[in-house]
Amino acid sequence: MQFDLVSPERSLASMDATAVQIPGADGDMTVMADHAPTITTLRPGVLKVEAGSDTHEYVVTGGFAEIGAAGVSVLAEQAVATVDMTQDQMDALFDEAQETYTRAKDNAENEPGRVDEAAKLLADMVAIGGQIGFSTKQPNL
Amino acid sequence: MPNLKDLKNRIESVKSTRKITKAMQMVAAAKLRRAQEAAEMSRPYAERFNAVMAGLASSAAGSETAPKLLSGTGSDQTHLLVVMTAERGLCGGFNTNIAKLAKAKAAELIAAGKTVKILTVGKKGRDQLKRDYEDHFVGHVDMTEVKRMSYADAQGVAKDVLGRFDAGEFDVATIFYSKFQNVVTQIPTAQQIIPFAIPEDFEAADTLYDYEPDEEAILADLLPRGVATAIFSGLLENGASEQGARMSAMDNATRNAGEMIDKLTIEFNRSRQAVITNELIEIISGAEAL
Repeated sequence: MQFDLVSPERSLASMDATAVQIPGADGDMTVMADHAPTITTLRPGVLKVEAGSDTHEYVVTGGFAEIGAAGVSVLAEQAVATVDMTQDQMDALFDEAQETYTRAKDNAENEPGRVDEAAKLLADMVAIGGQIGFSTKQPNL
Repeated sequence: MPNLKDLKNRIESVKSTRKITKAMQMVAAAKLRRAQEAAEMSRPYAERFNAVMAGLASSAAGSETAPKLLSGTGSDQTHLLVVMTAERGLCGGFNTNIAKLAKAKAAELIAAGKTVKILTVGKKGRDQLKRDYEDHFVGHVDMTEVKRMSYADAQGVAKDVLGRFDAGEFDVATIFYSKFQNVVTQIPTAQQIIPFAIPEDFEAADTLYDYEPDEEAILADLLPRGVATAIFSGLLENGASEQGARMSAMDNATRNAGEMIDKLTIEFNRSRQAVITNELIEIISGAEAL
């Protein structure tokens, strides 16, 4: 099954994969060959690709995945291989989410949906940090 | 007739100008390669993104609950023109062509009784539009510090535009940039980004997709990203076009300087010969007089 990971700036990976675990907006899903054609949005999370005996992991934030007959294409707004991830990048992601949350809380009191979304985003960031072994600051909710 | 010293100085100065234009041409050529690579590398994302978005948009277009970014605000009274140009000049007609297109559009809209707002990205476009349309300026994005166009830069512009849209400041947004065809041809282009226009050549794919969460939620998530993607593609095309235009402009300048040097050298040699002849005549006629 063909797997492609592209960001707006460049194509990050293109390989033959056996299974791809996608952090979908409604929960993780693992795609193997002959999966039903699906389009799903991504939540910030870790994308796991199994290619033979190798496993590649990427931290992705936002975007969507298109699962078709030919394979999986993941279009992520930001994607970094987990091994290349640094604490600084993690902090930057966290700070951005925190800022989005604070802004949503201040400006959108009448739209609880947006505040909840931002809180979820923040929680996702903390979850990423835990998953790949970086510490994140305590979220200020 | 100018004297020999003046001519010599003149030749020297044109020669150093030629050196500078030649160097600029080579720098532009190197930058062009990088800009083209960046534009090419961004293409897979943009193409797939647009294909999926066009598919979603065409199926949601008729629905009443379609997001505003797709269906529009229901009016087209206020237009936002996002004019993207370079930060630097000396690149032939590049900036002028984009500004000209934007001016024509603005004039057309104003004549039709619409309200026009202009957001400029890049200093040169701002300077050129200032004289006629300064009252219409609503903002400016400075890219002087940007060495390599990144997606984050485009996101910054997109955020600005989307913020204004949410605040109800405009109904329709159009971006102006120059499409890179090749080194000698760049095509100034106007592209409507809000509301999202489904490309005319779009054909629905035969695959039936499952959507997660649902079609509308995905569309609502993708549309704002689509604005950033369109702006990013525009900025990258612009980057390549700018370097291409500069390269050919500097190539012309180098050639012109060469021609000028040839002309001046001939004039210099003629004058030198005339001076020698004069001196000879003086010596000979002096000797004859004896």
